[in-house]
Amino acid sequence: MIALLIRDIRLAVRAGGGFGLGLAFFLIVVVLVPFAVGPETTLLSRIAPGILWIGALLACLLSLDRIFALDREDGSLDLLASAPLPMEGIVTVKALAHWITTGLPLVVAAPVLAVLLSLPEAGFLWLVLSLLIGTPALSVIGTFGAALTVGIKRGGLLLSLLVLPLYVPTLIFGAEVARRGAEGLEVDTPLFLLGAITLFSVALLPFASAAVLRMNLR
Amino acid sequence: MSSIWEYANPKKFIETVDKVLPFVSVLAAIGLVAGLIWGFFFTPDDYRQGSTVKIIYLHVPSALMAINAWLMMLVASLVWLIRRHHVSALAARAAAPVGAVMTIIALLTGAIWGQPMWGTWWAWDPRLTSFLILFLFYLGYIALWSAIENDDTAADLTSVLCIVGSVFAVLSRYAVNFWNQGLHQGASLSLDKEENVADVFYFPLLVSIGGFILLFLALVLLRTRTEIRARRMRALLIRERMS
Repeated sequence: MIALLIRDIRLAVRAGGGFGLGLAFFLIVVVLVPFAVGPETTLLSRIAPGILWIGALLACLLSLDRIFALDREDGSLDLLASAPLPMEGIVTVKALAHWITTGLPLVVAAPVLAVLLSLPEAGFLWLVLSLLIGTPALSVIGTFGAALTVGIKRGGLLLSLLVLPLYVPTLIFGAEVARRGAEGLEVDTPLFLLGAITLFSVALLPFASAAVLRMNLR
Repeated sequence: MSSIWEYANPKKFIETVDKVLPFVSVLAAIGLVAGLIWGFFFTPDDYRQGSTVKIIYLHVPSALMAINAWLMMLVASLVWLIRRHHVSALAARAAAPVGAVMTIIALLTGAIWGQPMWGTWWAWDPRLTSFLILFLFYLGYIALWSAIENDDTAADLTSVLCIVGSVFAVLSRYAVNFWNQGLHQGASLSLDKEENVADVFYFPLLVSIGGFILLFLALVLLRTRTEIRARRMRALLIRERMS
């Protein structure tokens, strides 16, 4: 499993692996927003938590189809499936690799980009914390979507259509934590609910992903 | 010994549908016409809402069916995954577009009513938002069905999507409750009589709901039968080409 994890991370970091893609997209979204809504600091700092969450979510979405598609093309997915590793384990490792190469960089980049949107100082900690807790859920849910669409050529649009409604609860609670944190309100309730969603997804969705992957490889 | 699983046999299913469908269709038509005419012409205007209240006879039944169609798909998906009856998978597939249309009707009638009453076509109210999310789930489900060529794989994958989607739809329902306070009124129909609409509106509404349920049933039976026949025809064509 660790070998698979290291292999996936190496492949992603290598040129053309799409490692920088999510980050670049995140940067672009955040830079473009002030051009669209105007440069007033009060407005920007009010919408900053939401914009940062949306940017992170879309950047995550962008890289989902890479989770299985390339492995499927060169046949290594079939090899993995016949390996002694259980399918649930493969799926979990894939989600973890996706999180390390996409989610974690987003979490690290978020405070830097938050400066551009003049996020209030109180909000930084909560923004990072909410992304840190929320992005694993995004990766796991996205892995499920990627497993569903692995057999479809050019399934990128379908993948987004399937995954977006599944992202709604995570987005609501994640953005709510960041918003309340930025406004100096109490954040416990949405924070715990966000954690609950992440734990629930991480615990149960790999089974669903493994099941659909098996169906797709049959 | 007869059990419900006998109807999972496509041949038996088609025979039964052939027998039942005319009655269901006629009853659905009677229920719809009676409920809507009674509702539109023979109930008084509401003292605050005026005649706009009458859209309730379309709005409430379609909203009800939008949710129940998904529930039916969930049950059919589980039956397919557990017992591998093809009719079940095809019934789930047949129900999805009907449910999606019901969701659109509920959203549209809601918007048409909301414009004069709330002064807006759309508000990010929990109920409205969850219906929009439900509509996205329907779209994804239908799109996944049509994107996969192998029928059995498609049935498997959409079944899992339906189950996972149900869980997340319920999660979203409570998440949006948390996220915004509602503009929408409480339940129109519930066992707790206090909340209900007044009796004058209540009985035509029940008739109209009955009509919608039968309409849904008729459409699903019809579409499932069509699916079975289409699949059988494809099999025959392939066999012919082989020989």
